[in-house]
Amino acid sequence: MTGWLHHLIIAPILLPLLASALMLAFDERRRVLKRWLSLGASALLIVNAAALLWFTSDAGTGAVGPQVYLLGNWPAPFGIVLVVDRLSALMLLLTNVLGFTSLFYALARWDRSGPRFHALFLLLLMGVNGAFLTGDIFNLFVFFEVLLAASYGLILHGSGTERTSASLHYITINIAASLLFLIGVALIYSVTGTLNMADLATRIARTDPGDLALLEAGAAILGVAFLVKAGIWPLSFWLPRTYAAAAPPVAALFAIMTKVGIYVILRLSFLLFGEASGDAAGFANDGLLYGGLATMVFGVIGILSARQLTRVAGHYVLVSSGTLLAGLGIGGQALIAALLFYLVSSTLAVSALYLIIEPVERNADEEDMIAGVAEPVFDDEYVGAIEEEEDETGVVIPGTIAILGGGFIFCALLLAGLPPLSGFIAKFAIIDALLRAGSVGPMNWTLIGLIIVSGLATMIVMTRAGIDLLWTPGEDAPSRLSLVEVAPIGLLLAVCLALMLWAGPVMAYLEATSVALHDPAGYLAAVANAAPAGGTRP
Amino acid sequence: MEMLLSLAIGVLTASGLWLLFRPRTFQVILGLSLLSYAVNLFIMAAGRLRSDAPPIIGKDPASADPALYADPLPQALVLTAIVISFATTALLLVVLLASRGLTGTDHVDGEDGES
Repeated sequence: MTGWLHHLIIAPILLPLLASALMLAFDERRRVLKRWLSLGASALLIVNAAALLWFTSDAGTGAVGPQVYLLGNWPAPFGIVLVVDRLSALMLLLTNVLGFTSLFYALARWDRSGPRFHALFLLLLMGVNGAFLTGDIFNLFVFFEVLLAASYGLILHGSGTERTSASLHYITINIAASLLFLIGVALIYSVTGTLNMADLATRIARTDPGDLALLEAGAAILGVAFLVKAGIWPLSFWLPRTYAAAAPPVAALFAIMTKVGIYVILRLSFLLFGEASGDAAGFANDGLLYGGLATMVFGVIGILSARQLTRVAGHYVLVSSGTLLAGLGIGGQALIAALLFYLVSSTLAVSALYLIIEPVERNADEEDMIAGVAEPVFDDEYVGAIEEEEDETGVVIPGTIAILGGGFIFCALLLAGLPPLSGFIAKFAIIDALLRAGSVGPMNWTLIGLIIVSGLATMIVMTRAGIDLLWTPGEDAPSRLSLVEVAPIGLLLAVCLALMLWAGPVMAYLEATSVALHDPAGYLAAVANAAPAGGTRP
Repeated sequence: MEMLLSLAIGVLTASGLWLLFRPRTFQVILGLSLLSYAVNLFIMAAGRLRSDAPPIIGKDPASADPALYADPLPQALVLTAIVISFATTALLLVVLLASRGLTGTDHVDGEDGES
């Protein structure tokens, strides 16, 4: 990556920032303009992320390995760096696909139920993209705050008692977690004297054994801050309620936010506590394992006991986080690759589920409706950017149910991990990796058991909900279903289908990602050797 | 100096935590503010305590000995942390008022268990 292509690394941050800043110049009446602006920006973000994925993989121009962008053109340990490697590029692509589909879905009517939806949405994308790109812990904190601040605004989008009440808890918990983040950063800085992740990795191996306890305490406090985001039990009680209260497109995007926590834990545990870091190696793996297993149990019970589909989805997010954390705790190259596949597949599926819940429940009886979801301020008649397609709204009655039912079954199969869809491939790969590990301990069997039980629980609940909501004839005719709502759900499910069809190449990419994670030498060298543009500074 | 600072951090943290677990929203916000002060002091302490030492190295090469200066990085971090916690506290206050208006109570759960 040379010349202007190099700036692609910072574009996932700058593009949404500039687009949302531009939107502030227009008032809320310029809705069509804002829609085009935000849709265009998020479509460009997908292209950008795909390009980064291309350049970091072997398929590109031969420029293999992590790419580094020096912010302010200062060399690595002194300035802040952005680093894009296989893992970051993968997460960026996943984020921006979710961003585009959720935004598209929001055009149906959700972006009209409150002001500044598009600007906040793009800022959230900016924060998540930045968190995936940055190579500096304090910069990570700043991007976390950007994404959290935007998410506070989005949670409140549409207003209403339930949302305000849930967001009060959400904001309080996240501010407290941010304070823990700062304490962890301060402790790590006081021991190592650096905040650059790559520099930290090299210094941790040389830490004085007397300071190691302080360093580990710092890392543990930092880890708690990320685990709150990831929703580990017992720090997860806020999650299902908050996600259920959020507007559907917002909840669909929030599916990626727990994965931000998982990503940071993945990144830092391999960089700081990998095999090369001496005494500190393998720190807290047991904690992740047991915490992950407890999260899975809690999530499964939650799935079975939930009375609303949005709560089911929230608890499924927990099960997904728990699986990933427990798998991380066990570790191993093949397992990490399988977990990454599961991460991508389950995030897409949960996001699709959040989007499909609302149209499905709209057709059901009133008592099945989610309590507290405010009706949109404006009426349902769709007038907007894509009005040429208005013919597609209000298709014949059986068609609506058929589309919804098909999508719902598709989601259920994906979430439960039944063949032949990508959810099955992901779970199969995880179980396969767990069984092929050198010593198959009792914890491997526990995890396998919980993965299968969670799939069964999901299937039971989805079947129950499907019969209730889709097969019970309602008293009114089914409501209209607009193409703007169907298309993003279809797009998400199509991505899952593509994951299934091209599982081979995807797994090859993920295995290479896992190898690179286990041997961070390439990452460290790329950061240390990144040369400032335009020669040296005076 | 060390004792004073650690006592200040400890007292602020303890009061902040106690307030954070109170049932009224205003107490929670005050608790978060106190906690953020404690964390800001803690970050300052992470850069080692130095009095009467400037954080910026001058142009004069004779005085370019890093031992004469305070660590500038934690000060920059604290500045960022102050701005961010100020902004989130302001946002939380707005949510508090909205919650008070919608539920008619200042209990954090939106309903008063005792009444």
